[in-house]
Amino acid sequence: MRERILIFCGVAIFLVLFTYPLWHAAAVSTRATPLRLQLPVEARECVAPIPYMSRGHMEILISWRENAVRHGVRMVRATNGKVYDASLTHTCLGCHSRQEFCDKCHSYSGVSAPTCWQCHNESKLIAGRTP
Amino acid sequence: MTITRKQFLVFAAASLAGAAGAKVVSGAEIVREIAAPKGNKRWAMTVDFQKCRWDEGCNQCSAACKSAHNLPDFPDKTHEIKWIWKEKYQVVFRQQSEVVNPALTSHPLALLCNHCSTPACTKVCPTDATWKREDGVVMMDWHRCIGCRYCMAACPYGARSFNFVDPRPYVATINPDFPTRTRGVVEKCSFCNERLDKGKTPACVESCVEKALTFGDLNDATSEIRRILASRYAIQRQPELGTGPAVYYLI
Amino acid sequence: MIEEALVGSRRYWLWVSALLVLIAIGGVFYLRQLAYGLGVTGLSRDVIWGLYISQFTFFVGVAASAVMVVLPYYLHDYKQFGKITILGELLAVAAVTMCMLFIFVDMGQPARVMNVLLHPMPHSIMFWDMISLSGYLLLNAVIAFTTLSSEKKGVSAPHWVKPFIYLSIPWAISIHTVTAFLYSGLAARPFWMTAVLAPRFLASAFASGPALLILLILVLRRTTGYDPGTEPLNKLRTIMTYAATISVFFVLMELFTALYSDLPEHREHFEYLFSGLDGQHSLVPWMWVSAALMIVALVMLYSVRQRAGNQVLAASCICIFISLWIEKGMVLIVGGLVPSPLGTITKYQPTIPEWGIVIGIWSIGTLMVTVFYKITVAVRSIS
Repeated sequence: MRERILIFCGVAIFLVLFTYPLWHAAAVSTRATPLRLQLPVEARECVAPIPYMSRGHMEILISWRENAVRHGVRMVRATNGKVYDASLTHTCLGCHSRQEFCDKCHSYSGVSAPTCWQCHNESKLIAGRTP
Repeated sequence: MTITRKQFLVFAAASLAGAAGAKVVSGAEIVREIAAPKGNKRWAMTVDFQKCRWDEGCNQCSAACKSAHNLPDFPDKTHEIKWIWKEKYQVVFRQQSEVVNPALTSHPLALLCNHCSTPACTKVCPTDATWKREDGVVMMDWHRCIGCRYCMAACPYGARSFNFVDPRPYVATINPDFPTRTRGVVEKCSFCNERLDKGKTPACVESCVEKALTFGDLNDATSEIRRILASRYAIQRQPELGTGPAVYYLI
Repeated sequence: MIEEALVGSRRYWLWVSALLVLIAIGGVFYLRQLAYGLGVTGLSRDVIWGLYISQFTFFVGVAASAVMVVLPYYLHDYKQFGKITILGELLAVAAVTMCMLFIFVDMGQPARVMNVLLHPMPHSIMFWDMISLSGYLLLNAVIAFTTLSSEKKGVSAPHWVKPFIYLSIPWAISIHTVTAFLYSGLAARPFWMTAVLAPRFLASAFASGPALLILLILVLRRTTGYDPGTEPLNKLRTIMTYAATISVFFVLMELFTALYSDLPEHREHFEYLFSGLDGQHSLVPWMWVSAALMIVALVMLYSVRQRAGNQVLAASCICIFISLWIEKGMVLIVGGLVPSPLGTITKYQPTIPEWGIVIGIWSIGTLMVTVFYKITVAVRSIS
């Protein structure tokens, strides 16, 4: 009988904690800032259409990786007809800045950072560019 | 490969969205252009160690390899990463040291992965992270390696090294054209397969001042390496194991 | 049935808490290893496998030894083992779990472990090792859980469990054979590449497993009063004695081949272990302690009559267990890697984080055995 109060209190505390994401944002009344990514300045066209790239770039990266490392296929032709070097460092990072593009979007969308950068280098092509 | 739950969901969402009818370009639709066919080549190397001046201060080969491939310099020698390194003749050919001319045996030898024709390492790899390419190069896939070190146990030549820690802080100057490796994967000499694919010779061969290293295609009867092997007697490390090494030490 | 393990005496909870603390410490050390790399251990470019893999090798033997109680009871109707078969099976579950944990903590990129199943390589023994260990864990867990819960409900075990039990017998042999194959097929390591390695592994497993089982039964008898009787203990003692004798015989066979043939690459590993090489002798004391303990144990077992009481039995079990733990758990792996193929001798000294992780995994296994046996005793005292 006595425990009923304790149980209800415990449930109430649990519900408060559990729904924290819902009421905290409203309480603090912040609005999510829109994501502003730094886009490449020179290149106008990506390897694949942008809607696909934003969702499926890992697919392309893994396909390129398997082809390049395991089958020695380095030059790939995209659907836009152009031939690219299947290289993260030279092709992808040749246009995009890792910090201003990849990392920014990943941290904004809460997608845990891929472990690419433990091994792969950033392109020296963009080393001298002002952010 | 490491794949988080979020990545998997993104994958799934992408596949679903693609299937829902939007015009989707999939990775598989990107048509391959095949690189130069590996076909009939059988790469091999000869080491004319009598020309080697490693004991007199020359280390061009290992320095070239180190800078090309971002090899680290660890203070702790038990963790060292060696792709090509020097060893005394008496150590390499332990059971044959007394037979050969002492003038020969005083020279150092360059040791590296032998890129065997029947490698012991590729046989034991549980994930196919190391395999033998058509042209004879024993390859490494650092994305797939789980770091079990079975290949290191199987290699009779001690040619493989393991990244016990993150090597990047210990690399003197990073060559941006080649990745560093992460901790927890095994690595070894790659016969500079990235250079071979562009028609170049391995970095060590190119850098040797004394021209002690020769590299070539054993299947090409007109190649220099075939000419050398026809004119000089060569020994190999532990040939009785049946691994069929591709590195020959010229006597 | 887990509720049986959630009630216990003060002593029980103190024991469980101590184990949980050790597990937590091991966990912290493992997080460090994940962040920093295997450089926190004493492993090196030459000694690539050490405490983790050697513990895996030893405990696979303990896991396989369950067959020594399952086979007589189920295949030969040796009813005397009725009270301890379940204990053997549950010990196997804990031991094989420890094995898989030891392999996991040894990996450089553990997050990629599923690559072994995503890209199966049947020519790699490690692939088969994963299959056989997982299968054995599943088998014994299903068998033990089913038989125990049937007992709790007061019914006989369902018929479909029988084929699983029969399967577990050759499977137990296979897990340790496959583990031996990991080593005995490597031309690069003459110390390991011997046809007698798998038989040797099995013999030492059938000595160390029953030794541990006897000790656990004695502890169980003292702490809970669960008494399977003297006959099973005597039978286990007999099995352990003969298995240990055969194991010693195999070691002597190895010594003869290596020393008489005088092949340098074979002989030098034994030299390093028994007398030291080039001034390096860090494993020599371990080797001789292991040998001495085994001799003491065998003398005790052969000279003292079976009915002479449990002190001698317990002492000989402890001696055999520690002796074989040293042999498989410290000497075999490192001894195979030193000297290296180029003849270099690298000293291997496990570090504190390494021991911390090992003790953490031992504690996980001990906790599993504690909980399993608590449940078993509770179920059996009710029924």
